[in-house]
Amino acid sequence: MRYLTDRKRASGMGSGRSGVHHFWAMKVQAVALAILVPLFVFCFGCVLGKSHAEVVEFYSRPFPAIVAALTIIVGFRHFSDGCQVLVEDYVHGTAQKLLIMLVICLSYGAMATGLFAIARIAL
Amino acid sequence: MVELALPKNSRVRRGREWPMPKGAENPRKFRIYRWNPDDGNNPQVDTYHIDMKKCGPMVLDALIKIKNEIDPTLTFRRSCREGICGSCAMNIDGINTLACIHGLDEIRGDVKIYPLPHMPVVKDLIPDLTHFYAQHASIMPWLETKTNEPAKEWRQSIEDRSKLDGLYECVMCASCSTSCPSYWWNGDKYLGPAALLHAYRWIIDSRDEATGERLDDLEDPFKLYRCHTIMNCTKTCPKGLNPAKAIAEIKKMMLERVV
Repeated sequence: MRYLTDRKRASGMGSGRSGVHHFWAMKVQAVALAILVPLFVFCFGCVLGKSHAEVVEFYSRPFPAIVAALTIIVGFRHFSDGCQVLVEDYVHGTAQKLLIMLVICLSYGAMATGLFAIARIAL
Repeated sequence: MVELALPKNSRVRRGREWPMPKGAENPRKFRIYRWNPDDGNNPQVDTYHIDMKKCGPMVLDALIKIKNEIDPTLTFRRSCREGICGSCAMNIDGINTLACIHGLDEIRGDVKIYPLPHMPVVKDLIPDLTHFYAQHASIMPWLETKTNEPAKEWRQSIEDRSKLDGLYECVMCASCSTSCPSYWWNGDKYLGPAALLHAYRWIIDSRDEATGERLDDLEDPFKLYRCHTIMNCTKTCPKGLNPAKAIAEIKKMMLERVV
């Protein structure tokens, strides 16, 4: 029980003076993915059912490798930002902070793994 | 953490069924949420029967008839009975709306009436709107100026005045905010559609000189950006307003400042 006025409860600690960059980043990523995902699927579809050597040879070309790398970078950034919003919506308190950190670490981990795999094939 | 089930003491149980009026020509069943803070019991849904031949056309008419003729303990807010005061906002047939302008002929089957969702209940159909009103006050719903007061009045062109149409009509009934899932989960920090619609009404007022400060105060991951354009607010508004568009306009103005 705290004796706070209604106005004090509503105002809280005031504005965080942030949010617009996160909002803009999500929009830019969404537009980028709308272009990248069809390209990625098209490239991936080209080598479906082919032998391992043919797939490795295909992904050592610049275009498929760059498209795959960009899809992984933008996709996991988008995943990270989206999950942060999701966690902020439904989880509160210390668990919220911990989950946001976990989601960001997982996203960057998955992104690094994907980029390493592509670099290994392409270079 | 979000709670998906009601706490034990909020679970709604079956309540009393009041008898059918004698000689009713056109009876209709009303299931109404009841909760009395004084008896310590869980909420319950009471069933009433009304003869529609002797009842007005709106939901509020039926509620007043029940209170006058069947059960005087039924508690609800009402005042203007014409959609201007916003007092009689409640959840009718699953939709947040004003009982005074919601026709009984718009409802199929039994009429189910609950208080506005996800708000603390004071009694029966009366929600506690203290925090909702405080959030409205926090957006400074008044003209802020720095220039010296003009001799006659703050002037505004017809075009600028028309920008306030669709915004000033809000009666603060809280139907929109209480229909918003983001407001359900984060109502302590998220301002909600009603307060944000009012914020936009003052942001775009050509006479107001605190636009920057108003946008600064709203730039927050919770106060503004909890809106995920779910659109329940626009769908439910009994006055036909579009709070979701007002929020989108605020977001656009935020972007214009930085991009």
